[in-house]
Order: sequence, then structure tokens, then C-alpha cells
Amino acid sequence: MSDSQSLLRIRSLSKRYGRLAALDAVDLDVARGSIHALMGENGAGKSTLIKCLTGAVRRDSGEFLLDGRVCNPASPRDAEGFGVSTVFQEINLIPHMSIAENITLGRESLRAGMIDRKAARRRATDAVARLGLSIDVSHEVGSCSIAVQQLVAIARALDVRAKLLILDEPTSSLDRAETSQLFDILLRLRADGLGIIYVTHFLDQVYAVSDQITVLRDGKHVTTRAASDFPRLELVAAMLGRTTGSTSPSKQPDASLAAVPGRAAASVTRPSPDTTPSIGAEQHQGELLRVRGVSHSGSIEHADLSVAPGEAVGLAGLLGSGRTEVAKIMFGVDRVETGSMSLCGTLYFPRSPRDAIARGVALTPESRKTEGVVPNLSVRDNIVLALQARRGVWRSLSLRRRQEIAAGLIASLGIKATSADVPIASLSGGNQQKALLARWIATGPRLLILDEPTRGIDVGAKQEIERLIASLIKQGMGVVLISSELPEVVRSCSRVFILRDRRTVSELAGESLTEERVMEAIATHG
Amino acid sequence: MGSEKRFHPAIMTLAWPVAALALLVVFNLAFTPGFFGIELRDGRFFGTPIDVLNHAAKVAIVAIGMTLVIATGGVDLSVGAVVAISGAVAAMFVTRSQASFPLVILAALAAGGVAGLCNGFLVARLRLQPIVATLVLMVAGRGVAQLITDGLIITFEHRALSSLANTAFAFIPIPAWIALALATAVGLFTRRTAAGMFVEAVGDNDRACRYAGVNDRAIKLGVYAFCGVCAGLAGLVECSYIKAADANNAGLFLELDAILAVVIGGTSLSGGRFSLTGSLVGAILIQTLTKTMYMHDVSADVAPLPKAIAVLAVCTLQSPVVKDRIAGMFSRGSA
Amino acid sequence: MTRVARRHVPILTTFTLLIATFLAGSAAYTNFASVGVVRNLLVDNAFLAVAAVGATFVILSGAIDLSVGSVMACTSIGVAALIEHHAVHPLAAITIALAAGGLFGLVQGLIIELLRLPPFLVTLAGMFFARGAAFLIHPQSIGIKHPFVADVLNDQLSLVLPLGDRGISVPITVDVAIFAIAVAAVVLRSTRFGRSVYAVGDDENSALLMGLNIRAARLGVFAISGFYSALAGVVFTLYQQSGDPAACKGFELDAIAAVVIGGTLLRGGVGSVLGTGLGVLLLGLIQTIITFQGNLSSWWTRIVIGLLVLAFVALQGQIAKQDR
Repeated sequence: MSDSQSLLRIRSLSKRYGRLAALDAVDLDVARGSIHALMGENGAGKSTLIKCLTGAVRRDSGEFLLDGRVCNPASPRDAEGFGVSTVFQEINLIPHMSIAENITLGRESLRAGMIDRKAARRRATDAVARLGLSIDVSHEVGSCSIAVQQLVAIARALDVRAKLLILDEPTSSLDRAETSQLFDILLRLRADGLGIIYVTHFLDQVYAVSDQITVLRDGKHVTTRAASDFPRLELVAAMLGRTTGSTSPSKQPDASLAAVPGRAAASVTRPSPDTTPSIGAEQHQGELLRVRGVSHSGSIEHADLSVAPGEAVGLAGLLGSGRTEVAKIMFGVDRVETGSMSLCGTLYFPRSPRDAIARGVALTPESRKTEGVVPNLSVRDNIVLALQARRGVWRSLSLRRRQEIAAGLIASLGIKATSADVPIASLSGGNQQKALLARWIATGPRLLILDEPTRGIDVGAKQEIERLIASLIKQGMGVVLISSELPEVVRSCSRVFILRDRRTVSELAGESLTEERVMEAIATHG
Repeated sequence: MGSEKRFHPAIMTLAWPVAALALLVVFNLAFTPGFFGIELRDGRFFGTPIDVLNHAAKVAIVAIGMTLVIATGGVDLSVGAVVAISGAVAAMFVTRSQASFPLVILAALAAGGVAGLCNGFLVARLRLQPIVATLVLMVAGRGVAQLITDGLIITFEHRALSSLANTAFAFIPIPAWIALALATAVGLFTRRTAAGMFVEAVGDNDRACRYAGVNDRAIKLGVYAFCGVCAGLAGLVECSYIKAADANNAGLFLELDAILAVVIGGTSLSGGRFSLTGSLVGAILIQTLTKTMYMHDVSADVAPLPKAIAVLAVCTLQSPVVKDRIAGMFSRGSA
Repeated sequence: MTRVARRHVPILTTFTLLIATFLAGSAAYTNFASVGVVRNLLVDNAFLAVAAVGATFVILSGAIDLSVGSVMACTSIGVAALIEHHAVHPLAAITIALAAGGLFGLVQGLIIELLRLPPFLVTLAGMFFARGAAFLIHPQSIGIKHPFVADVLNDQLSLVLPLGDRGISVPITVDVAIFAIAVAAVVLRSTRFGRSVYAVGDDENSALLMGLNIRAARLGVFAISGFYSALAGVVFTLYQQSGDPAACKGFELDAIAAVVIGGTLLRGGVGSVLGTGLGVLLLGLIQTIITFQGNLSSWWTRIVIGLLVLAFVALQGQIAKQDR
């Protein structure tokens, strides 16, 4: 890229959080008048990179050059001064203020020290007009649709004459029409010479708008390629940290997948040697849980799934495909709106996690910190919490009994803690995760749902958790494993359901259950 | 950080208030003549320590309920008003009806319980912020109490009720025994059953608790209801002590004393671990401080000023910012 | 079809209630719909209005200030003591009191901000502190006999409206209250500081990411609340013509109630001082009706206020739910 075209240069940007390297010597170049997609799974470092760029987080080392000048923002406001504007995923606007106020807030034109409302309205009207919109800027932002809010946030970002616009997963809650409207606007801004960094996890969209694609994984820069020269399958492989196996051109992803119909379940059965021999039949007698066409507005459109006792089933799909949402419905956090679920042959509509637990369903949530651990409670009490909750207040476990249960599980799961009395927050992530698994093992559930059980934990602990899953299956427990670590899913599960754009799109089992095939299924056009 | 923790955390949190109390006692030994004088009259003991116990008991009874509420991450601002309601109910029962004494007690406690349930409903079901939810009863409660007493100060001659707070057993006034018994009962209940663990867990991370199958709403409803019952009990003690129900002044500012007792006792306002013993010590500390000031000719009206400074000092020591600083100093020292 | 913005529902409810209450009062009692009643309504509630305006700032920012009543008492006795015992000119005394109030509020804000303690706890301590300080200044109430206060402030500066037989005199306290509301309304509506108060109360994280100075907003509201509490104390002193260290116990609750009934969200972010003004009038009107009724006792006021607060909090909860 020639210097005249280059807008932003990031050179060996690094940021550590404690022992964890969130960004490790990342380079990135964004050209003027281009849309640059930034891709990667959770923990890849996308959001840290954005936070460093906007000054929300201090980088440890590395430098930014914007228009050839060193740019060192100390706060979001500072970054705007340099010409870097950001629209965050959660759309940071003030809900009860009008569109005009939101666009000009904090930089209103003053007249005699007072805010000039007329000028604010004019400016806001101009700003939304620039996006090709005609909306009344006196409307309250909170009552506008998410799509309009998104556009208002962009209008605000552009109000400071931004050179670089950063969009963090802007389409995660937009429908198709809204998304295409947004894309029109992005293309128009690109034509105006703006540089745009576009963070997303929707593959179709990446190809629809971006010029360049950069993939990050585990804080490292994996590759940057032109979108036109970056096959889907290779992109997925790069994101998931796999190679496509054969680099031969005959394995063109789109060609090999053309035969797979949209949502038909490819029920190829593999009599798996290490589990009960008779799984996979459509209406299996010993079926533990079946999910049929379940939906919940805004989170999942159509999910199908089944698990048998003594079987591990995988749920694969990219971030935002609806993996966690399905888990939340199965565990009673969100209600089933359409479709149905059955557990052991009887209807199953859990109204709360308590309901689900009473029926023998357990979940280790994706967000360990906010939904899993009770940080200041001891490791022991965290382990017995679910068991005690099921017994109620009165039928209390004696201290000795709790000590026995905890000690037994700490030993058998190899949880490393100086004592069962220390607060669980003092343990490492992997050991916290094992303690959460212990919490459920203590209650002996029939079905255990594991949502990203190995995220953010070290390799040794990952292997231990994988072994643990295998032994739970042997005892006859049903397991649903949600993970973006494909090898792990393929190794542990006898069947894998693929989710894409909030729908179950295929089921892989037996011979067809390979990392390659899973990636292909994820990458297929919708 | 090579060394292991030498003390149990509960003992560490108790260290501050106990040390402050000890300091105050030593100060009084040295500079307050007659602070520890006790005399026997009509078969009862009189003297400053007895006074302190009597008044601290009332604060302590409320503080016990408040401890549980604060441990779940909430707060109850309405206890003062509930004290007035329960006192009014008790006074009306003994003056206007032939109800037996146990029934009077039951009615007063029930009035407190109902008030607490209202708070609990607003917090647990309607998910209002605790300060807002209990503010409603704080505003309206005194009106309800006055409605019951018809705006009058109801005095009564009722042997059983007035002896509740005006007799002593084994030299210690009955209210102090009540507070001690209540604290012991609650301590046993929370530690022998799973209630204590649930309360702490809900205060620490209620979302994770819900995911683990803990009925967090029921826990919250329960602690607010119990806090109301405690306030009802304190209302009985207060009206028994003055042999009257005064809807305007009964339990005035009691919510403040109770919250302070809990905070001084080491229970964090953000919820989680709680210490009932700490709250008892906190209640005694506040009352000793107040009494010390009175005996040094600080008028009852001015007394809040030094109290406020004491409170701020304690809160400052317990604030996350200062705690981090202190922890930082120690870790640097040992590194 | 005009659709009312949801944030305006509470204030419109207040306005409707105010009109309905006034009409009901007029229908039920003779002499109710008179200039005299309205005048008294304004005069008797002027200090509540001033205190509630200060509380509006704090509540809009999402915090709470429980020190209002004590600061009022402290200013009241302070002004009286300065004038009567220390021979300070009333205007100078008032200036000192207002400055002290603002400073007191600022210190509370600083403690909250720097030590990251909950506002209700710090202002609770502030409430104790100011009450104790009030009694420390002087343990009993002091009548103010300074000629300037009686003649100039309370007499010559009164506005006599040509209504009724002998005209209706509106004392300076009412003017002060109206002026206080007007200034606060302009600050909240048309200054960057005012807008940032709303923004912080509505969504603090967004406000931060939008580059607003949220620390200034959070400190400022407490300084303003302290100042307005002191001003309310001064208005109260002029109204009573005496300073009293025991005055205004629990007055912060009335102020908060007026703010809530005036349509300000207790979570912060939505509301206006105009609404607070209406809320104060509604509270005053309820009091007046209960007085007119004669056989209803005064404690009904507290119960009705409590129920109104509950109703508005529930209404806000419903609105918040629809926002989701």
C-alpha cells in the first residue's frame, strides 16, 4: 500500500491483562476510502484493539500513525480529536434524549454560554442527511428502532469530521433490510474517502462490504488479505486456528457444499464404538432431550437438537450464531416461544433455571464471571451451592458432609486450590471452571450443558476437562458441548449440530464428522 | 506474599470495631468519672453501663435484621417508621382490648412482618432499588402509626408490657437478653441451615445464584420480612421502655443507627459476607460513644456531629479505594 | 395522531392530578378557589420548592442526597445567630450561609467520588453532621428582630398584587423560589453541564464513552444541592422570622417525594425542575385539602404522599419495562 493511500498504521501493538496477552505485536494498515473487516472469535483481541485505538484502554507498547502523524489518544474524546470515531456494539447513546441532542451532546454550539438548540437541530439534520436518512431529529432515541439508533451513533461519530470510523459488530441486532441500508451508507462513506474498520462475525456481510480482511486469533495477527482473494473456508479456518487440511484447489468450499441443502439434517449414523451403540435414529426410544424448531425472538429463530443418555452432542457455529441462546432456552433462562422441547419423552418447558435443575438439567454458562462463580464464597460452598439449593434451606448439609463432598470432587477433578476455604475468585480460570463442573457433578444431573467450558484456560486444564466429559458420558450422562474449539468438539462428540444465523442448518455424525466438514457447514451460504 | 493468612477473615473484620470499643472504654476509665458506677435500687441495677446496654439493645435488634438485608446487597430505610407502627399497634391492643399479652406481642411482630413483606415484594418482585422501595414506607409509615394512635401519644398501664423493658434478669436488662437471644437464634439459624450461605451468595452474585438453582427472590423476600419483624420487636421494646407509643418520635433515626452498626461491624454495603457479632459490637460501640459524649457535656442534640465523623472514618477505612491502598502497601512491604 | 413521549407521561400525570385536585377542592369546599388559598399555597411551600429543586439535580444524576433537611436547619440557625449574636448584616449572613452550603455539598460529592462510597451513606453522615453542627451553633431557636429582615426583606420587597379588597402581598420568599426554579431550569436545559447531568443519570457508561465530563457532573450536583438546601434554609428563616436548629427534621423525604411526584425518575436521567415545581404544588394542595376537611388528621398527608410516591415509582417501573 502506498503511503498516500494509507490512513492508519498500527505497528506492533501489544496489551497484556495480567498474565494474559490480549494483543501480541499486532500490525494493521487501513487505507483511505476502504472498508477493512476485522475478524476473530471471542478472545481474539478485536475489542482490545478497538479500545486501544479509542483511548479507552492504555496500550503497553506499539504505535499508531494516523495520516502519518503519531496518534496517542488518552480517552474516547481525545481520539475523536485525532479523527477516530467509534460506534460500539452496545450503541452508546443516551436513551431518553432526542436524536439531535445525542448527535451533538458534549460539543453543542453555544450562544452566550447557552446551548443553541436551533443550531443543534440543524447540525443533526445535516448529519443524518449525509447518511441519506430523513428522520425527525427531535425523536427520543430510546423509542427508535435499534437500526435507527445505530445510524444515529454513526451520525454522531461523523459529526466530528472523522477520518477513521470504527464499527464494532454493528449488524448484530439488525434485520436484512436494515443491514443492507447500513451497507449502502458504508459504501457511500467509503466513496467519500473515509477509512472504516468493521468488526463482525457474519461471514456473508464481510464479503458484501469489505475490501480487506484481517483475522486475529488469541491476540495475534493471523493474516490480512483482500476479500476478493480469501475463500470462505480459508477464512473460517484462519479464525478457528485450523488449516484447511488440503490446500488443493479441488477442495473448493462452495463446490463441495453445493449439494448440502439448507437446513436438512444429514443424519448419517455412525455406530460409535465408545458410547452406547444405538444413537442417531430419528425417534430414538432412549432419547434424553429433544428440541424441535424452538425460537425466541431476538435470540434464536429455529433450533433443532437431540441428545441421548451417555452421548455427547456438539453445538458448533460462529460467535453470534445462536449457540449460547439455545443453551439458555434449554436451561430455562429464556422461554420457548415457538417449537417444543421434550425431556425423557415428556414435554419440557422450563420456566426458570430452578425448574430445569429439578428436571435434571444443568448448565455451566459461557460467562463464568457474571453467571457462574459466586466470587467471595469459598471453593467448597461454590461446589455444594447447587446441591444445597436443591435440598432447600432446611435440609442443610453439615459442614463435615460439605467438606467430604468438596474434598472428593477437588481431588477427583484435580482442582488446584490452597484450601477449600479460600474464595473461589482466588483460583485460576481453569480451576474455577472445574469447580463449576464439580458443582453440577455433585447434583448428578441427567443432562449437562457446557457452554464454552474451555475458554480462557490453559492447555492442561482443557485436556482434563475433555477427559472429564468422556467419563461423565460413560456414567450415562447426556452432554451438550458448545465450543469454538473444533478439534475438541469433534473428539468429544458423536454428533454435531451446526448453527448459522440463529438456525440449526445441519447435523453431522459418523464418517462426515470431521473438522473439515464442520467448517464447511459453518461457512456455507445461507 | 509468602505468609499464609494467620487469622480467619471474620476475626479480622471484628478487630476494628472491637479495638475502637476498647479504646473508648479505656478513655472512659481514665477521663469519665462515674462511667462504670452501678448502684442497686429497688432490686434493679442503675448506672451508665446498664443504660448503654438498654439503648444498644434496641439498635442491636434492628441491626440484626438489617445485617441480613445488607448482606443480600440491599438496605431497609423504613425500620424507624416500622418501629413506630409496631409500638402503636401494641399500645392500642393493651389500651383498647382485653387481648392476652402473647397476643399483643404477636400483633406487634405481625405488623412489622407485614411491613417487611411489603418492602420485600417491591424489591424481589417489582425489582425496585432497595433504597427507593423502602423509602415509600419510610415516608408513609409514620402516617400509618399516627393513624393507629389517632395522632396521640398513647400511654398505658400494663404490667406485663411495661416490665418487658424495665426489668432485669441476672442484673442485665431484659432488652439486652432479647437482643442476645435473637442474635444467637439468627446466628444458629443462618449457620446451621443453609440460609446464611444463600444470603451471602445472593448478595455476592445473584445471577450466578439463580443459575445454580437458588431461589434468590424468596431469599430477598425473606430477609426484608424478617427485618420488619425485628423492627416490630424493637418497637415493642421501645414502647415498653417509655410505657407509651409516640408515633412521631418512636424509632426516630433508628434506621441510621442500625445501618451504621452493621457497617461498623464489618458487613459490606455491597453485600456478601455478614457478621452478626460485628453488628452487636457496632450497636454497643455507637451507644457507648453517644453516652460518653453525654457525660462530657456534649448535648444530645450536638451528638450527631462527632457520630458523623466517626461514621465517615469507619467507612473510609472500609472503602474499596482505601482498602486497595492499604493492601498495596502491605504487598509492597512483603515483596 | 400525536403520540406523547413516554418520558412525559409522569409529568403530565402530575399536571392532571394537580388540576383535578384543585377542581375537587373547589367543588367540595367554599372559599377554596380563592386568591388567598393560592397565595398561601405558594408562601407555605416556597422553601420546599427550593429544597426540591436542589434534590432534582442530584436525583437526575442518579444519586440521592439525604442531608437536605439538616443543612436547612444549620443554615437557618447559622443566619439567625450571625445576625442576632454577631451583628452581621443580614445580606452578608445570607451570603456566608449560601457559600457554606455549596461547600458542604461539594465536600460530600468529593467524598463520594474519591472514596467511591455510596451517596446515601455519605449524605446520611452529612445529615448527622449538619444537624449536630446546627445545635453546636446555638441549641435553641433564635428570633430575628433585625430591622432589615423585618422591614426590607419581609415587607418592602413584598409584591402587592391588586387583587381582592386590600390587595394580595406576595413575600420575597415566593419570588426567590420562582427565580430558583427558573435558574435551575435554564441550567439543566441549556448548559453543557445540565445536559451532562441528564446523560450521567440516564446511562453513565455511554456518557463516559461519548466523552462527557462525568466527574464534573457528579460533583456539581452535590454542590448545587448543598447550595439550594442552604437557600431553602434562608427562605425558611425569612418565612419563620427565626432560626431553629431542630427545624426540618426529615425534610429531605418531602423534597425527594416532591421530585418523584413531579415526574423525575429515581434512577435518574428523566425529569425536570418544572415537574418538581408541580410536585411541590400537588403536595401543598393535598395538605390544604386535608386542612379544609377539618376532620381528617394531618397524618393522612404522610400516608397520601407515601401512596403517591409508590404510585409514581410503579408508573416509572412500567415505563422502564416498556423501554426494554
